[in-house]
Amino acid sequence: MGGTASKLPKELLSEYQELTFLTKQEILLAHKRFSELQGRENGPYGSRVSMEKILTLPELKSNPFRKRICYVFSTCDLGDGSLSFEDFLDLLSAFSDSATLEIKSHYAFRIFDFDDDGTLDARDLEKLVNCLTGETDDTRLTAEEMRQLLNNILEESDIDKDGTVNLSEFQHVISRSPDFVSSFKIVL
Amino acid sequence: MMDEPDAVFWDRPAPVGNLLLDQLPSYQSLLYRRKSSTRRRGSGRSRQLSIRSGKWEEQTHSGEELRPVRELPKSMQDKRREKQQRLQQGGTVTGWGLWRLNVHRSLKRVKEDGVDLLSALQLWRTDIHLIEGMFGTGILSYFSFLRFLVLLNFIMFLLMFVFVMLPVILTSHTSHNITYSSTNVSECSVYPPTSHQSLVAFHEHITDLLSGTGFLERTYLFYGYYNLEFIHSHFTYNLPLAYLLATISYLLLSLVWIVKRSASGFKRKLIQDEDRFQSFCNKIFAGWDFCITNENAARLKRSSLLYEMKTDLEEERIKRRMANRTRSERCRIYALRAALNLFVMAVLVTCFYCIYVATVFSQRKQVEAEKSAFLQELVVEYLPSIVITLANFITPLIFSLIITFEDYSPAFEIRFTLMRCVFMRLASIGVLLFSLWVQITFCESQECLCGYNHKTYPCWETHVGQEMYKLVIFDFLIIVAVTVFVEFPRKIIVSHCDHGLVRWWGQQEFAVPQNVLEIVYGQTICWIGTFYCPLLPAINTVKYVLVFYIKKVSLVTNCRPATRPFRASSSHFFFLVVLLIGLALASVPVTVSIAEIQASRVCGPFVSYSTSWQVVPRGITQLPLGLRSFLLALASEAFAVSFFVITCLGMFYVIALAGAHKRVIEQLRDQLAMEGRDKRFLIQKLYQAQQATYGRSADAKGLRRNRAHAGLCLVEPSVVLETQA
Repeated sequence: MGGTASKLPKELLSEYQELTFLTKQEILLAHKRFSELQGRENGPYGSRVSMEKILTLPELKSNPFRKRICYVFSTCDLGDGSLSFEDFLDLLSAFSDSATLEIKSHYAFRIFDFDDDGTLDARDLEKLVNCLTGETDDTRLTAEEMRQLLNNILEESDIDKDGTVNLSEFQHVISRSPDFVSSFKIVL
Repeated sequence: MMDEPDAVFWDRPAPVGNLLLDQLPSYQSLLYRRKSSTRRRGSGRSRQLSIRSGKWEEQTHSGEELRPVRELPKSMQDKRREKQQRLQQGGTVTGWGLWRLNVHRSLKRVKEDGVDLLSALQLWRTDIHLIEGMFGTGILSYFSFLRFLVLLNFIMFLLMFVFVMLPVILTSHTSHNITYSSTNVSECSVYPPTSHQSLVAFHEHITDLLSGTGFLERTYLFYGYYNLEFIHSHFTYNLPLAYLLATISYLLLSLVWIVKRSASGFKRKLIQDEDRFQSFCNKIFAGWDFCITNENAARLKRSSLLYEMKTDLEEERIKRRMANRTRSERCRIYALRAALNLFVMAVLVTCFYCIYVATVFSQRKQVEAEKSAFLQELVVEYLPSIVITLANFITPLIFSLIITFEDYSPAFEIRFTLMRCVFMRLASIGVLLFSLWVQITFCESQECLCGYNHKTYPCWETHVGQEMYKLVIFDFLIIVAVTVFVEFPRKIIVSHCDHGLVRWWGQQEFAVPQNVLEIVYGQTICWIGTFYCPLLPAINTVKYVLVFYIKKVSLVTNCRPATRPFRASSSHFFFLVVLLIGLALASVPVTVSIAEIQASRVCGPFVSYSTSWQVVPRGITQLPLGLRSFLLALASEAFAVSFFVITCLGMFYVIALAGAHKRVIEQLRDQLAMEGRDKRFLIQKLYQAQQATYGRSADAKGLRRNRAHAGLCLVEPSVVLETQA
């Protein structure tokens, strides 16, 4: 998909318009940027772009969740985070302005679930907070503050009190969070 | 949170206890639809026994049939497959149905293209996108608010232009039958010309330009120029009525537009019932602005998030401490707060008195005929504006100093200081207008001959328009002056000088609340002044466009992101609330002057009416009988009372409904928590029962099986039945 062709066929374009939340302009722009990333690379995966190259995009470069985003949207069997053009479109669609709250919260949950076990437990939440505040030692919360913070988060979001946040609890919390839709957005 | 059923989690080694949970249907529905063969087999829960996700996919399909394909959280290939499946299931659509489907699809595409085009036409789209990438959504909200105000002002200008100015402009270029407004009372119709007849010095032109006097006074700029009453062509155009209705409609239009914009934020504020605004979850899950593209900005965002979290946690600790206060401490605090509030009120009263005195002085000096030096004249003209600006500069400093003694929680401190500043800003305009009103309606002798002070203010509406015009100009000059003479030098000093004091002063932070107050202040003046100065919205539009570019340049070159970020959501709502307060404040003087004060007898369209409002009843008497009686019925008491009663009933119903929903939500929440505990309790019992069975059977067979594998065979229903027996 996308390979070395410089123009996107019309039926594919309309199919993508139907299957994603992107407009025609946005799909064409995505195609252009993706082709630039591919350059002359024609590795063993054919039309996939490796994760390192994807991470050179300015929209993802400074994002603390960039690796998780690549892993979540990648449909590669090897699980190495490489994206095909359709994966890339899925990524942009989920992060676009017109994506529904449900889609965004679903993908946000998967991005925040660092150990891929289907729930956000205390370890995932701790990793999430550390991602947000910074990787070095002096930019982290103290252990006491971290414990207080995790307690507060679980108290607010864990409805069935099992110590973890599952998808429906997460979606419930997100639906009442007014900042989420405006901040979970990437526009090329 | 730890009780008996939870013991199954904390006592046993994790993989064993959770194997049962892995097999629950609710857990299965969370499994990702990846190829299960490639999943990692490392630590954590083992997946070998999880029932293939394919089986559960079918279950979830049936619930998702109604949603469009693009809303499914799957990869592109899966979505394509889903689409094919639906097409096959739907069967072939024949003739009419197919045509309808195609029409529907092409209409949707046209609509999407239309929305695309509209959003591409949005003003300043690239600039705002750049700011968003560099500074995040908090500061972005200020600029999109500014853009909204530019549009609002432009629409207001169009309204006044089309209905008031265009007819007058047309009549001066074409020949129509015009009835000029006139009055019988000759005493009041003396309007001495204020334009200079002889050669004028250049600086007098400047003074005139800056204060709206002289050559600007009798132009389209001010109310006094529009002294037409009727324009007769194919129909009779009633200019005074149009003027009044245009004024009312721009106020109503602003109200409707602002309320519509704030409705979404307000709805969210209504639903959430926790007074902590779910702040922690909101900050963690929605904390990162994915639109940030700048490495520097990302680093700063991280540090601001860290700071925010630390302050929130500290605030929670403070709140807990405050809740544990003793009674004597509480009395002391309340007494201190009362004293400080009295002090704040004294400060406010002093400021208001200063504004009043300055206005009175300035008015007296303007009326005197003698000319003084250029600068002195300018200062006298602008004295009220200068005093207001000084007061609005000093009082926030005083307020932020006082609030530290009042011992509130940090978030409440910020909000309360802000409220006080808002009150100060908007009330100072009110005081200015009040002092003007006093000057206009009180004459030397007891009775005012013409209903207003016609000797000093032959055309008082133009005069009020001039004062508003001066306020707008001065506000703009202050913004430019502060940017050029304070912000740029500060940046230069901070980046070149390494003195300790300079480093403590630091780089400029873009303080969103203060900037928003500034533009709301300007907008309030515009709303008040448009009735007296119809071109004011145009001036305001140009002013805000210039302010946008000035602020943008200053932001990009001089500022660093605030360490205390202003949350995008709450700020959006806060801006619109402050704007609504400004609108409410602005409509009071306009209403009072339309309904109460005698319109000037020598200039303007309302000369032959007692008050400006009189034009409406007179216009109604000229309407056809049916329409007239309808309008009179609308204004009668019977209608008003019944309308009020019906509105009250509607409100009570909606409040009761909201209360009922809240109760149901609480009940469902409790039920959900209880179900979770039931589930864990049952799992624990099941586990214990099976442990007992295996213990017994292992003993019987004399084999020591590994406890870890015991859990693997738990699924068989027959085993469960056996243990129950």
